[in-house]
Amino acid sequence: MEIFEHNLLFLFKNMPMLLSGALTAILLTFTSIIIGLVVGIMVTFFRIYGSKFTKKLMFAYEWLLKGTPPLILIFIFYFGLGNYLNLGEFFAAALALGLRSSAYQAQIYRGAVLSISTEQTEAGLSLGLSRFRTFYLVILPQAIRLSLPGFTNEFTIVLKDTPLAYGVGLVEILKAGRDILAQQLSAAIVSGKVTASLNPFIVYLTCALIYFVLFEIFYYSLNALSKKFQIPGFIFDK
Amino acid sequence: MADELLKVESIEKSFGKQKVLDGVSFILNKGEVKVIVGPSGTGKSTLLRCINLLNPPDKGKIYLQNKEITSLKHTLVPAVRQKIGMVFQHFALFNHLTAIDNVALGLLKVRKMNKTDAYKKAIDELNRVGLADHKDKYPAQLSGGQKQRVGIARALAMDPLLILFDEPTSALDPELIGEVLAVMQALAKDGMTMICVTHEMGFAKSVANEVIFMEKGKIIEQGLPEELFSNAKNPRTREFLSKISQLYGETGHK
Ligand SMILES: Nc1ncnc2c1ncn2[C@@H]1O[C@H](COP(=O)(O)OP(=O)(O)OP(=O)(O)O)[C@@H](O)[C@H]1O
Ligand SMILES: [Mg+2]
Repeated sequence: MEIFEHNLLFLFKNMPMLLSGALTAILLTFTSIIIGLVVGIMVTFFRIYGSKFTKKLMFAYEWLLKGTPPLILIFIFYFGLGNYLNLGEFFAAALALGLRSSAYQAQIYRGAVLSISTEQTEAGLSLGLSRFRTFYLVILPQAIRLSLPGFTNEFTIVLKDTPLAYGVGLVEILKAGRDILAQQLSAAIVSGKVTASLNPFIVYLTCALIYFVLFEIFYYSLNALSKKFQIPGFIFDK
Repeated sequence: MADELLKVESIEKSFGKQKVLDGVSFILNKGEVKVIVGPSGTGKSTLLRCINLLNPPDKGKIYLQNKEITSLKHTLVPAVRQKIGMVFQHFALFNHLTAIDNVALGLLKVRKMNKTDAYKKAIDELNRVGLADHKDKYPAQLSGGQKQRVGIARALAMDPLLILFDEPTSALDPELIGEVLAVMQALAKDGMTMICVTHEMGFAKSVANEVIFMEKGKIIEQGLPEELFSNAKNPRTREFLSKISQLYGETGHK
């Protein structure tokens, strides 16, 4: 019981470190998602409306990024690129996770755009709207709504991939937890009271709990957003 | 001489190696209603899509009010499409907009009307198709017949010179066909110029000035509805018309 209390107390004292790790994880998630959004929209656009060549190019891009393990991507951007351009661990991880996400986001957006009937595009054109304005006024507002559930899912996946940045030493939640453990262990060895060392089980459970809380918050908010923008009576059935 | 609105002059259209339209010509006068019939895959939809330049023809010319529209710069094409209404088989309503917003979109974004005028006109057009009460419903909250009437109101709102109907009732449950045909009949009686691809022979008999029978990208026979229905010269026409009157009923829907 004493050990349990000791553990909690220690964790409590080190909470600021975990929370600052959580903040880093949140920032990393948002940065990656935004990179993925911008690049993903461009990929979608070129894959649907581009020339034969750009369509193939975009296909290859998606295919390569989906086929590579994210940790390897992070290493490529940090260590690989590091010889020429030092992005720092945060931006290397953000770029790797963001580009990978762009491939998945492109898939979500493409599905949404293609599920909107071509008749609606023709209806817009037949009113005398230009192609671009038809896309902007008819296709885009619907594609955004149809993409929201898939986007929510992708968001939480990126969130849960952020511990991979540990691999290049970014102090996110997992690294913070591990640093706390290490600090405590060396302190215990110095003072000779090894029995009083921190239980890894509790530390990692706390890390998991923080992720779970973040997941719940984002999942709930994004779902609420999807609901708010849902088209009344519209059942997506294609 | 009749007032010539649209002239289609030997147009041809191929998709890959397949020739879908093979020298189609006709003249449509102001206030005239033409019904086009023919087997599936004959190029009826393609013909309509050539006319409003969604799929411009490969050869031949189309004139609207004596001006050729088939050789226009692409920046001038939207202005032509604005004058030609189109009603779609699957309604093609904008799913994220209410009935009235569907009708008002073209008024606001193409004709640049102010909001008050645009919505006033949109309501008038919805009234014309009997749907003013449903103005705030989204497409998913409307029946098929109601959706198609919104589709017609949306086309009407642009004050088009003519409206193209591509099988406007073929996606509808039988009990909903009548309400759409009634609206179309009323439009015809009001003097709207229309080209309708439809197999509703009752409609053709009651309002068409001419029925065109197409097969394999060509016009096989054309004439007054009563002539074509009672004594078509071409055996293919006779065979086809008797087949659809068996399928859809001799009188069609009221
Ligand atoms: N965009 C396109 N690309 C390739 N082929 C096309 C295209 N549009 C139409 N076709 C082909 O052209 C032919 C004629 O099609 P169209 O839709 O004009 O026929 P239709 O007379 O309207 O038939 P239905 O009664 O089934 O609607 C069909 O064989 C169709 O597959
Ligand atoms: Mg067709």
